Parts: sequence; C-alpha cells; structure tokens
Amino acid sequence: MSPQPNAVTKPGLWRRAQIKSEERLHVRLESLLVLIGLGVIMSFLSPYFLSVSNFLNILLATSTIGVLAIAATFVLGSGGLDLSLGSVMGLSGVAGAFVAVNLGLPSALGVAAGIGAGAAAGYINGKLVTRAFVPAFIVTLGMMGLARGLALVISDGRVIYGLPSALLYLGQGRPFGIPMPVIIFFTVVLITHYILAFTRFGRYTLAIGDNENAARTAGIDVATHRVILYTLSGGLAGLAGMLFMARINSGDPTAGISYELTAITAAIIGGTNLFGGRGSILGAVIGALIMGVLQNGLNLLAVQSYYQIMAIGAVLIFAVFIDQYQIRKAADT
Amino acid sequence: MSLLVLSNISKSFGPVNVLHHANMSVDAGEVVGLVGDNGAGKSTLMKIITGIYKADAGDITLDGQSILHLDPGERRAMGIEMIYQDLALAKQQDVASNIFLGREPVKSFLGIIPGMVDKRTMDRKAQEMIDRLGANLPAINRPVGTFSGGQQQTIAIARALTFDPRVVIMDEPTAALAVREVQSVLDLIRQLKKQGIAVILISHRLNDVLSVTDRIVVLRHGRTEANLTTSQTTMTKVVSAIVGGDDMEAAAAHESAG
Ligand SMILES: Nc1ncnc2c1ncn2[C@@H]1O[C@H](COP(=O)(O)OP(=O)(O)OP(=O)(O)O)[C@@H](O)[C@H]1O
Ligand SMILES: [Mg+2]
Repeated sequence: MSPQPNAVTKPGLWRRAQIKSEERLHVRLESLLVLIGLGVIMSFLSPYFLSVSNFLNILLATSTIGVLAIAATFVLGSGGLDLSLGSVMGLSGVAGAFVAVNLGLPSALGVAAGIGAGAAAGYINGKLVTRAFVPAFIVTLGMMGLARGLALVISDGRVIYGLPSALLYLGQGRPFGIPMPVIIFFTVVLITHYILAFTRFGRYTLAIGDNENAARTAGIDVATHRVILYTLSGGLAGLAGMLFMARINSGDPTAGISYELTAITAAIIGGTNLFGGRGSILGAVIGALIMGVLQNGLNLLAVQSYYQIMAIGAVLIFAVFIDQYQIRKAADT
Repeated sequence: MSLLVLSNISKSFGPVNVLHHANMSVDAGEVVGLVGDNGAGKSTLMKIITGIYKADAGDITLDGQSILHLDPGERRAMGIEMIYQDLALAKQQDVASNIFLGREPVKSFLGIIPGMVDKRTMDRKAQEMIDRLGANLPAINRPVGTFSGGQQQTIAIARALTFDPRVVIMDEPTAALAVREVQSVLDLIRQLKKQGIAVILISHRLNDVLSVTDRIVVLRHGRTEANLTTSQTTMTKVVSAIVGGDDMEAAAAHESAG
C-alpha cells in the first residue's frame, strides 16, 4: 500500500504526549521540560536551591511577574502588545500607598485605588488603540512614560513608607505557611486559565489575534473586546503592583522597571504567539517560573543583577527565535 | 415580495466611488448569480449585506424589514450567511472553533461555574457537517491553516450552513476547488434551493453561473447593468453586459470557447 499524501501516520509517544498536553492543558510540553531541566541544573550548582523555603521564595518572587505574564498573554494572544505593564505596576503601587498612607484611608480603598489606576491606564490604552487607531506599540510605549511619570509626580519622587498592617498582610501574611501573594497568584491563574481556555471570551480573544477579520465576520465586536483586554491587562498590572508594594512594604515609584520585558518573555516561553492567535495561561505560569528559577539561581550564584537583565533579554530573543523556527519548519514540511 | 432586497445602495471608500445606486433582490428558494469584472463592486455589495461595511445610502430589507441598524452578529442570527472570498478563517484554530466562532454552545462547569464552551458538542456537530458535505478532511482537531485551500473552502462552506441559514451568499466558493469538488458545490446549491434557501452566487465561471442560477445580476462599475432571467439569456448577453459595449463580440467568443 503506497502512502497517501494525507494519510495520518501514527504519531510517536512524544508527539502524542505533546498533543494531549496541548489539547487538555493548553501547555507546551517543551516549556515544562525546560523548567525541570533548569531546576536540575540549579540544584547541582547550588546546595541551597533544593529546599522548601527556597521553592516558596521562587514562588513568591514569581507571583508578581506571573500576574504580569498573564496580562501579557491575554494582550499578545489577541494580536496586541502592552509595553506599559511594568510602569503601570509602579503607578498602582504608588497610588495604593498614597491612598492608604498619605490620605490615611482604609486599606481596602488603597487596593481599589491601585487596581483601579491600573485598569484606568489599560482602558486608555485600549481606547487609543481601537478608536484613535494609534498602533499598540506606540500607545503602550507612551503609556510606559506617562504612568512612570505620574507615579513620580504622585509620590513626589520618594518612596512611600509605612503601610497599614492590613495591606502588609497582602504581601507578607502566610496562612497555612503559604505566602499570601502566592495564594493570590494561584487564584488568578485558575480564574484566568478558565477564561482563556474555556469561555467564549477566551476563544474570541485568540480568534481576534488569529484573524481579526474572521472575528468581525463572526459578529464579534472586536473594538470593544480589545478595550476590555487592555483594561484587564492594566487591572492585572495593578494587582501585581499591590502584591509587590505589600511585599516590600512601600509604594516605590520606580517599582517594575523593565518588568514588561520579563513578563512578555515568560508569556512567549509559555507558548503564546507574539503575533496573536495562540496563548495559554498555564504556559505563561511555566514561563514565569522559568524566569523565576533563572533569577533565583543567578541570585544564589551571586551573579550581579546587571547580568540578570541581560540574561532575560537574551532568553526573550531566543524564545521568539525557537518559536519562529518551529513555525517555519512546520510550513516547510 | 422578495426575501432580501437591496435598493439604491451607494458606497465609497474615501474618494473612490465603488457602488452607485445598486439594486438587487433574491427570493426564498431562488439562486441569483452576481457577476461583473474584477473590481466591479460585487464583494463590497455583499459585505454591505452582512454588515461588515456600512452603505452610504440605500436600504436593505429582509422580509420587508430594514436590517440596516443591525450589526453583523445580529444579521447572522437572522439567517444571513456568507462565504467570503478570502474565507475569513482563523487559521490557528481548529475546524469546530471556526464553524462555531461567535455561536459556541455553552454549559456550566461542574454544574456551578457558568460559561464553559461545550467543545465536545462543537466537535461532534462539526464532524457531522463535514461528513454531510461529503468532504475529505484527515482530522478536524487540527488548525485550519494546515489544510489545503480546497479543504479550507469546504470548512468555510460548512460554517455558512451549520445554523439553518435563510440566505447564503457565496463569494467565489469554487475558486480553489478541483473539478469534482466544483460539481459538488453546484449540487449543494441546487440542494439549498430545494430547501427553500436563497442563494447569491458570485463567480467568474460563467458556465457554472448559467447552469445553476435562476437569475443573473450584472454589476458594472458599481451599477446594476442588467438583471437577466437565466433561462432566457445567453452567454453572449451576459458577457456583453459585463464588459459593456465595444469588444463584446470577441470577449463572448472567448468565453464560449473557454
Ligand atoms: N476596504 C477597501 N478600501 C478601499 N477600497 C476598497 C476596499 N474594498 C474594496 N475597495 C475597492 O472597491 C472596488 C470594488 O472592490 P470589490 O472587492 O467589491 O470588487 P469585486 O467585484 O468583488 O472584484 P473581484 O471580482 O476581483 O473579487 C475595487 O476598486 C476595490 O479596490
Ligand atoms: Mg470580490
């Protein structure tokens, strides 16, 4: 029997596992392997790596970046881009601290102000992209400067210290021995994974990123959907700002500088297509953990933070290279 | 009274006037061919029906009711479906996701969390539809972009037929198809006609148009140049309406020969 061009050859074990993991969990198996491999390498290089407390440390450090990576996944998956994540996170931290400390209002209002400031910045991004037709790259690059500047204006360029204890609990509380930010991060992961992988909203997000025109002909209100996505992205950046602020016990106007770099890298490592149409929250979590382990390992090995930023930049380029390489290979065969 | 009526539709893109007072209508169970040169405005006129473009002037009625105020989703819900010339498929999503895009069935997760898309039902119905069309797809859970042009065209057709349409607009549905598949699309059109569905067929294959339609509307430079009853017209008349005037003899001879 001669093989037909379209005949389905039985895929190997690895390929089947890949397909299953993508279908069921929406996770790329390769990224999980990279994470495990990285962990193995680190545990050989540093005796401190393999410990419960260090794992909790990694999770704690990852929770902020992880929330930002989730935001990046939604926006990139829809074919957009949000470069203002880090700055908006900084603005939110300052806004929250300003309301709770300088104005002396209840902590809950501080959190609302922080997340609200982020969502407002995101909403403005969304409106400018969809109604004023300014490219997302430019809008969010501009917002990066605007939000950072506003954070410095509000805080008068100084760090706001002395958070009320209720706010501190958000960053430093440990119910059942698990850090609060980690609990919040996992909750956000569960909710957003459900939304992106299993609801209409998630499907529309990826469909818009895949082929905006197809989405429009299917009756999806693309502009409104994009505004919601940018608002969600800003709101999540706000939440990340709250977690970070509470963890370091202050509203720092310089918090989150270049975090968008790490967040976008994490999202892309996790299998999100830089040009939209594909994206996974669990993948982004794995991506964020890879970045977290990398940073933690470099810290344990006492590598200077300048080199760490370089490492993140290199990983981003490498991850996109691998992604594009695979796409081209798939197109060739 | 016709099912779908377009009256005096005008449209320009900036300085370019594409449609000038174009008129056409289609009845339930009627197949109308829409022909014209490249750039005559056929696709634009059809996108005005589905709501992707807004007409500058004119009216569109379905069952005598104006649908101008409805958005594309609402027009689709009223039974107006279109197979777009560029297919308008989301290439990284699978077959069922494309067929059901915008109309996914939902259930609740664990009986409490609402809004979970029922992918299993989607897959099953998508497979049924593909089978009904007699199409040959290796597997439906693959990204649509991995299929051949003809297979993608079949998926676009399946999407237009899954939700009991009343009007089906086909913009060059056979452009990427092999001879046998072209015949099955023509058979499909006849089948739709029998079910009382209105069909508008855009095609440059005039032989196909003459064989399957009841009427032929000719668009020329954005104007309705002719409205011909297929049984009472000839290739020559259609071609002369398309090219309008001078070299129609030569063009007609060429078409008949080809
Ligand atoms: N979005 C747009 N912006 C500007 N001009 C457009 C747009 N869409 C169509 N046009 C112009 O309108 C005219 C009619 O285009 P249309 O696609 O309706 O033609 P058509 O009859 O479908 O042609 P074909 O047979 O090649 O598909 C063309 O001159 C085209 O350049
Ligand atoms: Mg056309």
